[in-house]
Amino acid sequence: MTAEIAATATDPRTFRQSLSRRPPSLLANPSTRRACIAVLAALMFWQLGATSDAWLGLRPPIIGHIPSPVAVLEAWRLLLGDPGYWESWYLSFTRVLMGFAAATAIGVPFGLLLAVSRSFRGVAFPVFELLRPIPPLAWVPASIIFWPTQELSIDFVIFLGAFYTIVLNVLGGAREIDPRLLQVARSMGASRWNIFRRLILPGVLPSICVGMEVAIGITWEVVVAAEMISGGGSGGAASSGGGLGFFIWNSYIGGSYPDIIVGMISIGIAGYLSSAFVRRAGARLTPWLAIR
Amino acid sequence: MPGSTAHAGQTGTIELRGVCKAYGPGRFARDVVRDCSLRIAAHRFTVLIGPSGAGKSTLVRLIAGFEKPDRGVVLVDGRPVTGPGSDRLVVFQESALFPWMTAEQNILYGPAVRGEKRDRSRALGAALLERVGLTNFRRLYPNQLSGGMQRRVELARALINDPSIMILDEPFRGLDAMTRRLMLEYYAELSSHSSRTNLFITTDLDEAIFLADTLVLMSHVPTRVRSVIEVDLPRPRHLTALFRDEKANAIKMQAFALLHDEAMRAFAGGSRAATDFVAAYRRRIATA
Repeated sequence: MTAEIAATATDPRTFRQSLSRRPPSLLANPSTRRACIAVLAALMFWQLGATSDAWLGLRPPIIGHIPSPVAVLEAWRLLLGDPGYWESWYLSFTRVLMGFAAATAIGVPFGLLLAVSRSFRGVAFPVFELLRPIPPLAWVPASIIFWPTQELSIDFVIFLGAFYTIVLNVLGGAREIDPRLLQVARSMGASRWNIFRRLILPGVLPSICVGMEVAIGITWEVVVAAEMISGGGSGGAASSGGGLGFFIWNSYIGGSYPDIIVGMISIGIAGYLSSAFVRRAGARLTPWLAIR
Repeated sequence: MPGSTAHAGQTGTIELRGVCKAYGPGRFARDVVRDCSLRIAAHRFTVLIGPSGAGKSTLVRLIAGFEKPDRGVVLVDGRPVTGPGSDRLVVFQESALFPWMTAEQNILYGPAVRGEKRDRSRALGAALLERVGLTNFRRLYPNQLSGGMQRRVELARALINDPSIMILDEPFRGLDAMTRRLMLEYYAELSSHSSRTNLFITTDLDEAIFLADTLVLMSHVPTRVRSVIEVDLPRPRHLTALFRDEKANAIKMQAFALLHDEAMRAFAGGSRAATDFVAAYRRRIATA
């Protein structure tokens, strides 16, 4: 009996299992159930508010002035067959990906360089801090002027939205690395390169992931506004294929109000999907943070 | 011992000559160590004890080579210390394991960065894991291990480099009392098999007497050596048996009197009210 207890206590597999036990079913989880009920209740409230004018003669603020969920669903059903709607998804997603990929590819090395080199920080950081307070959207007119295509100018504005966040997170993460870890490594005779590769890089990785997660959210904010301002880029004003942001604006101009809501929800879904993807990828890269 | 050739020819003597170290900018600089001279014999277990905040950790950083003294020299085996080296490794107060490496990767870090043969270091690592009783846990990350296990991984990570000097800066601080006792007895047992120099920092007198060949009492800031006591007790020692040992208690009383003085100075720390309290406390002790 005692031997049995000792065996379970020192076997790391049971230890690991007990830490990462998953709930058997999604709906059996009380918090998931609560979330479903809450969403359904909100939809019902919206439906009642949006239609109350017809059967109560009352128009509650905000909610009484927007299309009902049923109308939105109907509009959505029609749009699902419209290639222009899907083109908008495609266009916005490509823009976000382009800007975000560029921001990561440039922001991570830039942030690391700021963190490890005092002289580089002395030169580059003041410029960075001067440019940072300028909102990405303020760059729209200028970037339309200095980039050859409108597509590139939108990508650039999205890049800016993600870039600052990523750089600041990398820098902050590098500052939080325990100096004792570096002392241990130096005692053991580690080279500068080895310290960078095996300590600084993995030490900053969690912050890089957090920065990317925040940044991808910002890119969706920026892409929508940039598409509205620039008139949808290559898609042109006439079609609905100018990206999801332009799709919303175009629906407003055209007076198809349920489509506005469809566009908004579509962006919500797109943002959620991309954030979830980045979060998953981040968790994969930092397995040591998974179990607490 | 593993890797017994790594630091052949070195004995592990540490000598401090007139070492000074101050912190803080310009005229606000405060001496933490002032004119401190100390000789730590090779192959011995030396315990440095003093009130907390006495600058013991500063001495550790100077000996380890993480920092340079403002004046004076630190000599290891007769040569001045110019930087950190794997002949003297530090085990820190709280866990300084690499969070992104498994227990085994942590232990193999030292040999790996020096480009030592993988087969050999893996075998060494396996033997050390066995000795610290963590073979089954080698693939876990530090935050999946208990406090006591983390300390053992950290000991193993240092031991695999076979340093001629082990510097342990209050290594078992923060562990619960029972685990702490176990770790103490474990480390005493572990170090009894080797002849390396041990420099152990603590604030706990029982701990110090249990481990020490030589007990060095440090003064309150600015740190100097207050007194050196030889702890001439037979080994192996037992923590509980030491409570009843007359010789051990005599050393303890002697050390306590000196340390109490220093602790009082640390406690008062220039405050008028605290100084009054200390004076009153002294009178009470004198009349008791």
